[in-house]
Amino acid sequence: MFENLSDRLGGVFDRLTKQGALSEDDVRTAMREVRVALLEADVSLPVARSFVKAVTAKATGSAVTKSVTPGQQVVKIVHDELIKVLQGEDEPEALRIDNPPAPILMVGLQGSGKTTTTAKLARRLQEREKKRVLMASLDTNRPAAMEQLAVLGQQIGVDTLPIVKGESATQIAKRAKQQASLGGYDVFILDTAGRLHIDQVLMDEVQAVRDIAQPRETLLVVDGLTGQDAVNVATEFDGKVGVSGVILTRMDGDGRGGAALSMRQITGKPIRFVGLGEKMDALESFDAQRIAGRILGMGDIVTLVEKA
Amino acid sequence: AEPRRALDDEMLEELEDMLVQTDLGVETAMRISANIAEGRMGRRMSSTELKELLAAEITRIMTPVARPLPLYSKKPQVVLVVGVNGAGKTTTIGKLASQFKAAGKSVVIAAGDTFRAAAVEQLQIWGERAGVPVMVAAQGSDPASLAFDAMTKAEADGADLLMIDTAGRLQNRQDLMEELAKIVRVIRKKDPDAPHNTLLVLDATTGQNAINQVETFRKLADVSGLVMTKLDGTARGGVLVALADRFGLPIHAIGVGEQIEDLDAFEPEEFARALVGL
Ligand SMILES: Nc1nc2c(ncn2[C@@H]2O[C@H](COP(=O)(O)OP(=O)(O)OP(=O)(O)O)[C@@H](O)[C@H]2O)c(=O)[nH]1
Ligand SMILES: Nc1nc2c(ncn2[C@@H]2O[C@H](COP(=O)(O)OP(=O)(O)OP(=O)(O)O)[C@@H](O)[C@H]2O)c(=O)[nH]1
Ligand SMILES: [Mg+2]
Ligand SMILES: [Mg+2]
Repeated sequence: MFENLSDRLGGVFDRLTKQGALSEDDVRTAMREVRVALLEADVSLPVARSFVKAVTAKATGSAVTKSVTPGQQVVKIVHDELIKVLQGEDEPEALRIDNPPAPILMVGLQGSGKTTTTAKLARRLQEREKKRVLMASLDTNRPAAMEQLAVLGQQIGVDTLPIVKGESATQIAKRAKQQASLGGYDVFILDTAGRLHIDQVLMDEVQAVRDIAQPRETLLVVDGLTGQDAVNVATEFDGKVGVSGVILTRMDGDGRGGAALSMRQITGKPIRFVGLGEKMDALESFDAQRIAGRILGMGDIVTLVEKA
Repeated sequence: AEPRRALDDEMLEELEDMLVQTDLGVETAMRISANIAEGRMGRRMSSTELKELLAAEITRIMTPVARPLPLYSKKPQVVLVVGVNGAGKTTTIGKLASQFKAAGKSVVIAAGDTFRAAAVEQLQIWGERAGVPVMVAAQGSDPASLAFDAMTKAEADGADLLMIDTAGRLQNRQDLMEELAKIVRVIRKKDPDAPHNTLLVLDATTGQNAINQVETFRKLADVSGLVMTKLDGTARGGVLVALADRFGLPIHAIGVGEQIEDLDAFEPEEFARALVGL
């Protein structure tokens, strides 16, 4: 069912053996396939549309040489553009966590992986950047959410803010901030309850938390298996809370990861990390090249064209 | 009144796009639009009329799969709950247990997620909320042996229903899928007909990967029915239409929130109308 893009384009260009430049007609036919490939990879429709438009302009009139087929040529153009969008114009700066105690706010839908990722990130900052990290759960909603973070903290040897039952999310945020300064921590990470972007009460709550904590980074944690809803999630969280970066989880699954493109395009913010499992070390830096190949359901063809 | 237009390719394309945005998938969206178009091209209709047609077609596809969780006279009826990470398995068990309890059934829950941090504590709280006992084992212990012990206890107690929670697992993780297969094997040692229901919990925000999830979990864990959670958000869950088309598995319930009462029956017409924006 899910063909990769080069298979799709192979069919389109079968009868087209002449060399020269890609005509408008060729490109139009090819772009129908590109669009379907993106949608099957769960890229949000409006994002797929604008992407196809950008690529159409680039592909029309582009030269096809002896060494590549028209299909390969289109794949390369699409792939390069994907990387460009996913990567952004220039390399993202490092996480802004220099002024201690630097607050990081983790937000996202229910079950997206915030708590797990909070602990993974804390471990990474502690091990790689020798930061002293404090984690706090502001999740007064989900049963045993605070215990979950506390257990993870113990597993990785990172402190968690002591649990005080009955406090509100904003009260916990204040206490975390205070504890982070008094305790001499470099970074404090606030794990929040999962919330729907249309839940007015909970979106107000996270705004209040943001205003108290003044986070240097607000990271939107998104399930890498997300479908068309990615566009709503990105728009609303960025609009209401202000997002500085994105983390994609469950990229160890066999999803195509089109949400990466949607997230990047809509927020304009870097994708910082990808979650690749449930274990505490399963967090990696984002690699645009790898995700681009995955969205297109392929990888090798592109290297092939590059060599040609 | 709403303007009418002759049904043409452009209108059909708009229709397809709308369906794609509900996660129906390109292939299914194209097929359904084609069904609607058949014999109607050129006919003048308003956008609402077109949506009504579409809703009727989707209702027709979904009606056969809208079936509540079947109850058997077998004691205990074993309900195994499976799915990928964070889909809503544990929460759904809490909600279901509460519904069965209210219907006069005696229910036991087994906390088969012995892996994730505080998964047991989470389920224990749901057990308290539902007023149902929860059987637990130490973190890191074998979920299959907990399932076996839970069967023994549920039998001894004369419970009507035993609901078994499991750890989240991605369907491409062979080791974890094998662990699940082992849980099923061990349960069958006690009762060859068990688990009587194996529920796959799907998250409505998931896109086309839900198809792989159903395919693999069905193969390895003999899934008998689906529950879709998080339909209280803006995700429309259109992939259910593609799933109904391909697998025909019953949809037992939908999750519409985080509270104990937020589990509804799957209503095909309501679902179809929401899908097309009526
Ligand atoms: N396979 C896989 N599982 C993950 C990954 N990240 C998180 N998980 C799992 O996803 C499930 C949900 O993760 P949580 O960290 O509890 O998610 P959350 O966003 O905090 O959930 P709420 O607080 O309920 O909104 C757990 O089973 C995690 O182990 C990942 O990258 N890969
Ligand atoms: N909005 C909404 N949230 C839900 C629904 N069902 C579950 N949730 C939330 O989704 C998150 C994950 O739910 P869990 O029940 O822990 O999911 P799980 O499948 O057991 O997760 P793992 O055991 O970690 O794989 C929690 O924050 C739940 O409150 C629903 O129908 N709507
Ligand atoms: Mg959490
Ligand atoms: Mg669970």
